[in-house]
Amino acid sequence: MIPVAFDYLRPTGVDEAVAALAEAGDEAKILAGGQSLLPVLRLRLSAPSVLVDLGGVAELRGVREEGDFLAIGAMTTHDEVASSPLVRRFAPLLATMAATIGDRQVRHRGTLGGSLAHADPAADLPAAAATLQARYVLAGPSGRRVVTAADFAVGLFTTALADDEVLVEVQVPKVEGWGSHYEKFHRVVQAWAIVGVAAMVRRSDGGIESARVTLTNMGPTALRATAVEQALAGCAAEPAAIAEACMAAAEGTSPRDDVTASAEYRRHLVRVLTGRAVAAAAGV
Amino acid sequence: MTVTDDREVGRERRRKEDARLITGRTRWTDNITLPGLLHMAILRSPYAHARITSIDTSAALGRPNVVAAFSGADVADVQGSLPCAWPVTEDIVHPDRPPLAVGTVRHHGEAVAVVVARDQASAMDALEAIEVDYEPLTPVLDLEQALAEGSPLVHPDKGTNKSYTWVFDSAQAGTGGDVAAADDEVVIERRYVQQRLIPAFMEPRSVIVDPGAGEYTIWSATQIPHILRVFYALLTGTPEHKVRVIAPDVGGGFGGKLQVTPEELITFMAARRVGRPVKYTETRSDTMLSAHHGRDMIQDVRLTARRDGTVTGISVKLTANMGAYLGLVGPGVPILGAFMYNAIYKFPAYRFECDGVFTNTTITDAYRGAGRPEATYAIERAMDDLAVELGVDPIEIRRRNWIKKEEFPFTTVAGLVYDSGDYAAATDKALALLGYDKLRAEQADRRASGDPVQLGIGTSTYTEMCGLAPSRILGALRYAAGGWETAAVRVLPTGKVEVVTGTSPHGQGHETAWSQIVADELGVAFDDVEVLHGDTRSSYKGLDTYGSRSLAVGGIALVEACRKVRDKARTVAAHMLECSPDDLEFTGGAFRVRGTPDAAKTMADCAFAVFAAHDLPDGVEPTLDADATFDPQTFSFPHGTHLCAVEVDTQTGHVAIRKYIAVDDVGKVINPTIVEGQVHGGVAQGIAQALHEEAVYDESGTLLTGSFVDYTPPTAADLPEIVSDRTETPATTHPLGVKGVGEAGAIAATPAVVNAIVDALRPLGVTDVPMPCTPERVWRAIRTAGTEGGRS
Repeated sequence: MIPVAFDYLRPTGVDEAVAALAEAGDEAKILAGGQSLLPVLRLRLSAPSVLVDLGGVAELRGVREEGDFLAIGAMTTHDEVASSPLVRRFAPLLATMAATIGDRQVRHRGTLGGSLAHADPAADLPAAAATLQARYVLAGPSGRRVVTAADFAVGLFTTALADDEVLVEVQVPKVEGWGSHYEKFHRVVQAWAIVGVAAMVRRSDGGIESARVTLTNMGPTALRATAVEQALAGCAAEPAAIAEACMAAAEGTSPRDDVTASAEYRRHLVRVLTGRAVAAAAGV
Repeated sequence: MTVTDDREVGRERRRKEDARLITGRTRWTDNITLPGLLHMAILRSPYAHARITSIDTSAALGRPNVVAAFSGADVADVQGSLPCAWPVTEDIVHPDRPPLAVGTVRHHGEAVAVVVARDQASAMDALEAIEVDYEPLTPVLDLEQALAEGSPLVHPDKGTNKSYTWVFDSAQAGTGGDVAAADDEVVIERRYVQQRLIPAFMEPRSVIVDPGAGEYTIWSATQIPHILRVFYALLTGTPEHKVRVIAPDVGGGFGGKLQVTPEELITFMAARRVGRPVKYTETRSDTMLSAHHGRDMIQDVRLTARRDGTVTGISVKLTANMGAYLGLVGPGVPILGAFMYNAIYKFPAYRFECDGVFTNTTITDAYRGAGRPEATYAIERAMDDLAVELGVDPIEIRRRNWIKKEEFPFTTVAGLVYDSGDYAAATDKALALLGYDKLRAEQADRRASGDPVQLGIGTSTYTEMCGLAPSRILGALRYAAGGWETAAVRVLPTGKVEVVTGTSPHGQGHETAWSQIVADELGVAFDDVEVLHGDTRSSYKGLDTYGSRSLAVGGIALVEACRKVRDKARTVAAHMLECSPDDLEFTGGAFRVRGTPDAAKTMADCAFAVFAAHDLPDGVEPTLDADATFDPQTFSFPHGTHLCAVEVDTQTGHVAIRKYIAVDDVGKVINPTIVEGQVHGGVAQGIAQALHEEAVYDESGTLLTGSFVDYTPPTAADLPEIVSDRTETPATTHPLGVKGVGEAGAIAATPAVVNAIVDALRPLGVTDVPMPCTPERVWRAIRTAGTEGGRS
C-alpha cells in the first residue's frame, strides 16, 4: 500500500499555499488530515503529482468567536471541534456530530475543512454545516470569497472550491434557544452513516416554532429536508404529530443502493430517524 | 501434580508475552530485514473467471530498481501445485492449484504475475507495467446452480463442479438407527445459510525466503511452521533438513493462517530465481481477496421428534463452497462438523451428506471452529424451532434430549465417545446469571403492550470436539498427517528451564500457560521458564496450532516430558541425599526425604549436579532433559450454555444485545484470565457472524467487501458486556483434565444471538432472519412476515 510517487509541499501560510496550488496546476491535491485522501492514494485510485500539505499553516487551526458567529479554522481537527467550549456552547450540533466521526484516531487527524471539501455524501459534517447555515471562506489567487453551505455543496465529491482555492475557515452563526440532535445509523460504530439526520428545533409555547433538518447519505450531497421543515413549523411538540410531519423525510432524496443498504431501506429509515431526531431536538 | 498453596495452575496470571506483542517491539515477519533483502509485489486478477490470452512482464523489468518479473507461464514447469492435505473421499475431484495462475484465472484476486525490486514502492510501481489481456469467461458463483446440469465449469477438464460427496449414516456405521425409520410425529425442516466470512486476523500475512548456500530459511506469519516445512520440502524439491521455517511472533490467525499459501510458494520461487532474500507482505486488500475465507455452506436440516419432545432422528444435507480450488484442509471442514450435528443430545438416528462444490471464488478453509460452529448453529436453531412447534420452553426441549451427567461416558450417534460433561450444571448457572424468568416476564409485557422494541432470549447449548486429533481417527478420515504433539524440556545448569513446544502460538498465550504448568511440575518459578516455539531448528517436531489442540494435546506432551525430567531428577536427588528414590516426595518445589523434610534438593540442585556430573550414580546420564510426544486416544469435549438477550427495534431492524451470558465448561483451567480472553474473543467473532460480517461477491464475481469499510468486523464499541463464568468437569482421558477453549465462544455465540432475534420477532410472524442479521434484513423479515400474515 504505497502511493505513486508525488512531490510534497508544506507551506506555512495561506498565501503560500494558494501560490503553491497555482504553480502546481490541476495535478495538485490538498492534504488536510489525510483521512480520506491517504487511503485513496495508497489504493492507487488517485495519483496526484503534487501534495500541498496544509498541516504547517498555523492560521488554519482553532476556533474564534467573532461577534454573532464562530470562525473555525479549516484545519481544526474533529476532536478539537468536538471538545471546543465555544462550539459546544454556540453550535452544539456541530460538536455532537464531530464526535461521531470514525474512531478516536480519525478524529485526532481528520479536519473540519478536509471533510467538508472532500464532500463525501456519507460524511456527517456537511449535514452539520447545512443545518447550522454555515458560511465558508475560500482563498484563491484573486483574494477571498465567502459562500454559503448550500452553494458550497455542488454534488458527489464536488464543491464550489476551485482547483486553485483553499478552504480557510468555516463561519458558524451562533445559535441559542434551539435544541439539536444527530441521529446516526450505522453498521458498526466507526462506520460511515447508512443514513444520518441532523435536526435543530426552536420551541414556542407548546409547539415547534421552527425546525431545520438535514439528511446525510440520502443523495449526492447533504440534503435539507424542506418538506419536513415546513410540516414541522407550527406543529405540536408531541410524538405523533412529529412522526406524522417526518413522514415526508424521503421526499426529494435519491439514496444509493449498495452493499451496505438498499435505497428502499434508506428511504424507510430516514422517515423513522427524522422523527426521532426531531423529537429529541424538541425535547419530546 | 504438585499440590502446594502457591501452585501456578489455576492462577490468573497476566500473560508474559503481552508486553512485547502489544507494543510491537518484537519480530513480526514484516519487521525483519536482511542484508540485500528484495521486495515482491503481486499482480492479481481483476476477474473471477477469465482466460489469460497474453501476459507480458518485459516492460516491468525495465522499470527502476526492478530485479525480476515473471508470470505463471514463466514458472509453469517448476511451480507445482499447492497442497490439499485432506482429500476426504477416494474419488475426490482435486484440481491442480498453481501458485501463479497459468492460462486461466478462477477467482478475483488470484495471483498472475510478480515483480521483485529493491524496494517495495518500486515493485508496486512496476506492477503497472505488466500487460495482461484477459478474455472473460462466465463465472460460477451460485452453489446450487454450480451443481445444476449445464452449468459453466470452474475446471472444465474435470467435467463437474462437484469435488466430492461425503456421507455418514448411523445405520450403516452401526452407531444408531435409520433416519428413514424414525418416529416423525413432528418434523422440523429448515434451510440455514452460513454466509461466507473472512478471517480478520490483525497482522496481515508476510513471508521472507532467504536462500543461503543450498538451504533456505523462511519466515512466515503462519500458524503451521512445521507443516509448512514439510510442504516446502515436498513442493520445491529442497531436502527437508535444508529448509528452516520460522514463525516468529504472529498476530492472530483464527484458522486463516492454517494454510500453505500461493504467496509462500511464489516468494520462494522469486528468491530461488534471484538468489537473494525476498520479502512479500500483503496489504489488507490482498488479505480480503487471497487469504482463505470461511463458512459458506447451505444446510438443509430435517429433525424428527415425538410429540413429547424426544428427538428421534436428524438428517443433514450440506452444500459446501470450496471456492475455486481445494485448500489445505478445506474439504475436511464440513466433515469436522459432521460429528457435531447431534451435539449434546441423545439422538438415536443420524444421516449426514455433504457435497463439496467449486465456484469462482476465493477458497474456503478453516475459520475458528471449522465446521463445528456451522453444525452447532443448525442444531441449536432447529431445537428452538422444535420447542416452538411443541409449545415447550427452549431450555426444556434441550433438557429432554441432552445426555445426563450420569450417562457419561456416552457413545454418540456419530460414533464419538464423550468422556464427561454436565450440561444441566452449566445451563442452570447461565439461567441464574441471565435472570431468565424475569426477562421472560418483561418479554411478555412488551409483547402485550406492542412495544416497538421487542425483547428476545436466545439459547445455545453447545459442545465441540477439541484436541485435534487422535492420529488413527485422522487416518480413517483420510487426513494426510497425524494429530500428535510434542514437547521438550531442558533444565539449564542454574535451574532455569527452557521448554520447546511443537505447537505454534499466534496470540493464545502459550508462553504463559506452559510456564504455569512447568512451574508446578518441576517446582520452579514461573519466571524461570522460557517457552520456545515456531522455529523448526529449535522446535524440530510438531503439528502446530489449530482446532483447540495446543493445550489439550501439546499440554499433555508437556506434562509427560516434565514428569520424565522429574523422574531423572529424583534419581539424582536421592543419590545426593543418600536415600532411595522411593523415600523422596516432591513437594514445595523440592525432593524431600519423607519424615525429614529439611533434607531436600531442589530442581536447581539436581540441574547443577548433572551439569558438573562429578558424582552421579552409575549408569545415570548427566542430563535431566526429556521430551515426549503425545497422541490422544480421543477428542476432548468442552461444552457450555450461552444465553443472549436482545432488544430488536422493530421500526429500524436494529438489534442491540442487552445481556450476554457465557457459561463454559472447558475442563480443568490452567489460567482463568486466558480462558476468559478466549471466550470473549470467540463470542465477539460469533456475534460478528450473527450480526455484522459477510463477504459479498457481485454477479460478475468481484468481491465487493474488499476492505473494512464494507466488511465490518465489530469493535469493542459494538459489543456488549460479556458475563462469563464456568463450570469445571475435567477431561477423564488424560492427566491434565483440560478440554480446549479456543473455539468455544465462536461456536456458541452465533446461534444464541440469532435465536434471540427470532424469539423476539416470533409474535410478528418471523421464523428466520438470514445472517448476518443486519438491520435491513431484520426489517425485511418483519415486513415480509407481516404481509404474509404470520407463518409462525
